[in-house]
Amino acid sequence: MSTLTLSCPVPVTTRDHVSLGHGSGGKLSAELMRDVFLPAFRNSTLERMEDQAVFAVNNGRMAFTTDSFVVKPLFFPGGDIGSLAVHGTVNDLAMGGAKPLFLSTAFIIEEGFSMEKLRRIVDSLGRAAKDCGVQIVTGDTKVVDKGSGDGVFINTTGLGVVTEGVYLSAGEARPGDAVLVSGSIGEHGIAILAEREGLEFDSPVESDSAPLHKLVADMLETTHAIRCLRDPTRGGVSSSLNEIAAQSQVGIMLDEPSILIREEVRGACEMLGLDPLYVANEGKLLAIVDAKVADELVAVMRRNPLGRDARRIGTVSGMDAGWVTMRTVLGTTRIVDMLAGDQLPRIC
Amino acid sequence: MRYIDEYRDPKIAQALVDQIHAKVTRPWVLMEICGGQTHTLMRYGIDELIAPQVELVHGPGCPVCVTPIEIVDKAVEIASRPDVTFVSYGDMLRVPGTKSDLFRVKAQGGDVRIAYSPMEAVKIARANPTRKVVFFGIGFETTAPANAMAVWKARELGLTNFSELVSHVLVPPAIRLLLNSPDNRVQGFIAPGHVCTVMGYWEYQALVDEYHVPIVVGGFEPVDLLEAISMLVAQLEEGRADMENQYARTVNYQGNQPAQDIIEKVFEVADRKWRGIGRIPMSGLRLRPEFAAFDAEKIYGVEALEAEEPAECISALVLQGLKKPVDCPAFATRCTPEQPLGAPMVSAEGACSAYYQYRRHTTSLVCIA
Repeated sequence: MSTLTLSCPVPVTTRDHVSLGHGSGGKLSAELMRDVFLPAFRNSTLERMEDQAVFAVNNGRMAFTTDSFVVKPLFFPGGDIGSLAVHGTVNDLAMGGAKPLFLSTAFIIEEGFSMEKLRRIVDSLGRAAKDCGVQIVTGDTKVVDKGSGDGVFINTTGLGVVTEGVYLSAGEARPGDAVLVSGSIGEHGIAILAEREGLEFDSPVESDSAPLHKLVADMLETTHAIRCLRDPTRGGVSSSLNEIAAQSQVGIMLDEPSILIREEVRGACEMLGLDPLYVANEGKLLAIVDAKVADELVAVMRRNPLGRDARRIGTVSGMDAGWVTMRTVLGTTRIVDMLAGDQLPRIC
Repeated sequence: MRYIDEYRDPKIAQALVDQIHAKVTRPWVLMEICGGQTHTLMRYGIDELIAPQVELVHGPGCPVCVTPIEIVDKAVEIASRPDVTFVSYGDMLRVPGTKSDLFRVKAQGGDVRIAYSPMEAVKIARANPTRKVVFFGIGFETTAPANAMAVWKARELGLTNFSELVSHVLVPPAIRLLLNSPDNRVQGFIAPGHVCTVMGYWEYQALVDEYHVPIVVGGFEPVDLLEAISMLVAQLEEGRADMENQYARTVNYQGNQPAQDIIEKVFEVADRKWRGIGRIPMSGLRLRPEFAAFDAEKIYGVEALEAEEPAECISALVLQGLKKPVDCPAFATRCTPEQPLGAPMVSAEGACSAYYQYRRHTTSLVCIA
């Protein structure tokens, strides 16, 4: 007997419930922002849709940003949720050209969570803040019933000061500009996945989690002909560049052979059926810069340990506005689309 | 990266493209069977390199795409049960059933998990004796050995809380169906390398002999596919129809005997419905009667569930190589990876998804301009 027969197409949507894809940094995240949050909060600062809000105060401009950290596992090769909570927020400030000054932290802790682990996380967070030269000046702690959380969630909010004359925005890319990246891509996402799935490599992949504000300072000391900086976290290089292409109404053409991906990351991606362009980074930045200063900037970035593998990976064009494309190793062209949700491991 | 970079080498690829152009004297239509191959062809733009003389049409070899809609409905129904932990390969989660998908079940509180191997589901069942663990055992011959092994292992361990929702399909009967169709345009096939790693290619020899059609087992990297295309073009131009193996670094004639043995022990050949195509006789695998205790369809009473596919989706024509994804009026408008009307738009291996992901601009931008 047929118990479930429908004769007309009923498109399945994920719109009536929040799905994990809404937090992926892809199209569903953008849709959630556009349809739910923006209409409720609308203002000119938020509408710029940068990683941080920059606004004028007496004698200058400040950058203000917030980020929540729900990473699983809490401890991973190259870092933990504590250090990540500092680096993520410091980097969001840095991408606005700001010198980070103050952080707040808010912990949501699940009842029964190990005190020893909590201490390790808090110590790591404190150490990371100190290393970045930022102070944690306010905070909050909530404990929720067992089962209402997943160990520990951390929110950090950051405040910084923007150097005079620096105006960075995802809407500023112009045809002819160069696309730079500060190093190899995909390490954070693969480190997390490897830890979660118990994958083993000959030389383990560590998260690239690192604070980028000093690298940004080096770059801004060299030139102000930088249009936009982004740290390609969730959604990876592809999502960040798609946002820039859309906001600036330009095309971005990447050059596949010039993108650096470590062997282990490539291997893991091949095995799992993932595209490294969509895998998260936590210590890399993308820069859209005037092509005239590209070589000089790459040289400056390479002098900083966090930019030692910096390179040019593409060009902004006036054609194909809103699209990111890539010249493949075979010389053909393909789209580098923004994903709907998370990348899903393929069957075979 | 060794064993990968050689097969993406631009110089070798160009030499093969030149070789194909030098050989070809008239148009040929070739079909790659496997969705993984479709993905590589689109990602690297190989179809553009060999056009216009050689046309590639994309076969039914994406396991996600051909899984019938009622199996997805059955998965949704089982996964929605509060006592069930439903474990699946990742790309099945977004495949739309008639009224829901597994992601939505998960968002509504269902215990749906992604696994890379069915043995992970067995592990979950062992560790959680109070949960009923169901693995979504789908795919071609490639995933069949692992899915069979999970059931075998579960029986060995005496697990009573593990079962599989099985919907396996087989490649050779699908090729036979295409060749029997009066509309068939395909003159040569690239056989799926992963399937042949397990099964060998002895089954394909029979098709070559019976239909006088060239078949070449092909790999998944650009150079693999260009070489397989070159071998097919050579055969067609010379009027030959032979069984050849381009993917010899992995595939041999007999295949992987232990893998075939475990399939044989746990599964039996049965009629299967293919999404977009319909029922193909003896084209799939089901659990043997002695494994009925591990058959989720029986345990959860969903055997009789049936469903209709969205009428607008032309996946039937796409999967038979009769239409290209861009020929569909819903392509990239009413049918996108976020709102798929049919499975070929959902899976990364699906032909529609591959066109959407890598090729959309060559169609849509030209239209806008």
